[in-house]
Amino acid sequence: MLAKRIIPCLDVKAGRVVKGIKFKKLRDAGDPVETARFYDNEGADELVFLDITASFEQRKILLEVVRKTAENIYIPFTVGGGVRGIDDIRKLLNAGADKVSINTAAVKSPELIRQASQRFGSQCIVVAIDAKLVHSPQSVVHRKLPTTGYRLPTKKWEVYINGGHTPTGLDAVKWAKKAARLGAGEILLTSMDCDGTKNGYDLELTRAITKMVNIPVIASGGAGKLAHFYRVFREADASAALAASLFHYKELSIKEVKRYLKSKRIEVRI
Amino acid sequence: MKIAIIDYGMGNLASVQKACVSFGAKAEITAHPRGLEGADKIILPGVGAFGEAMHQLERIGLAGAIKNKIREGILFLGICLGMQLLFERSQESRGVKGLGILKGKVARFQDNRIKVPHMGWNTIEIRKSKFENRNVLLKNMRDDSYVYFCHSYYVEPKDKTIVRGTTDYGVKFASLIAKDNIFGIQFHPEKSQMVGLKILENFINL
Repeated sequence: MLAKRIIPCLDVKAGRVVKGIKFKKLRDAGDPVETARFYDNEGADELVFLDITASFEQRKILLEVVRKTAENIYIPFTVGGGVRGIDDIRKLLNAGADKVSINTAAVKSPELIRQASQRFGSQCIVVAIDAKLVHSPQSVVHRKLPTTGYRLPTKKWEVYINGGHTPTGLDAVKWAKKAARLGAGEILLTSMDCDGTKNGYDLELTRAITKMVNIPVIASGGAGKLAHFYRVFREADASAALAASLFHYKELSIKEVKRYLKSKRIEVRI
Repeated sequence: MKIAIIDYGMGNLASVQKACVSFGAKAEITAHPRGLEGADKIILPGVGAFGEAMHQLERIGLAGAIKNKIREGILFLGICLGMQLLFERSQESRGVKGLGILKGKVARFQDNRIKVPHMGWNTIEIRKSKFENRNVLLKNMRDDSYVYFCHSYYVEPKDKTIVRGTTDYGVKFASLIAKDNIFGIQFHPEKSQMVGLKILENFINL
């Protein structure tokens, strides 16, 4: 059976691993290649590198980091952040990334998803979605249940781009469906409401999306306890769970998480 | 030991090359039929679409060169798409002929209860064989070892006896095949940590 994946995320800035709490405060957590190797040994199923401030100069540093990582670890890794077009994707794949995640560029030009997946294959195109709950009253969509006629309030999440700074007006569930239809091979779904809180993954958001798309969904944002991993797999049907600071600061180890999941009969690779 | 790793612009080869080198082989990445001359073994990796890959292989004259080399008996390993290309055709690219070295076709996962691509770590069930040499790639490997998959299509060989390992993903599909000098693996050994490296090592030591 296909195992549920545990994925540490490394935020990279100018070639160093940092972690933005709620996308703002940054703390240094080490050398990316060393960190990657550490997680490989720890039993990480995959790695995600997110280049959080991709200026032109730092881009070259990033490619070098990707190259070194590919030479040193034998598990798949995804690279994202600041990917603008086909050319950026090609460079990252050539440097050794297994998958490239696109976020802002995909929202601005959804055709990029189609082009990239046709050119390089769906399996290496990850669409990253940063989503935030919409609080205004109009946003609550009332849907009639076909059987009872009762109206059920449904939550709505909005897609944000530019590292979570710019709201787009796009509905996250609809956007995920469209991304899948255009050829995305996977969705990396970050709940901006839960990110950094350590109160658990956004189960409702994750479930809303895993139910609507037929591609794997990586849940991200909010992991703080062992039970959070269990719930996002069991209750929200995520294919993978991503965490960053939790692992970086060794509050939990990947081994602990996997042993726990196995004891709860979730299929994991140990 | 010289290994030619074929580069036809489909996917990155750094990890495969690095792994081969770590086991003491000379591994050269080549995008030209000439690069196959003098090689003891050939690895055909690849991710991406079947049709595009065949087009690339034909354009640079590698399709014919690969077929000749395999006919001559060179040890050949196809990884992921590189395994699928050995077959006659694929549902992914209708009307495109594969290398046709092995009989059979490549099909897409149909079950809509499962997520496609089949992405992540899954187990291989080793088909027992009384012929020891058929399982050479899986030497020193535990049954149900986890390996990394990343694909939407899988091979359906006509000759079922070449299937040496299977994996369950809604359907039980052939994840490892072996026939004479030809080996094919659907997962990525270069991304499957210790288990994958062991398989590559076994291939290099053949």
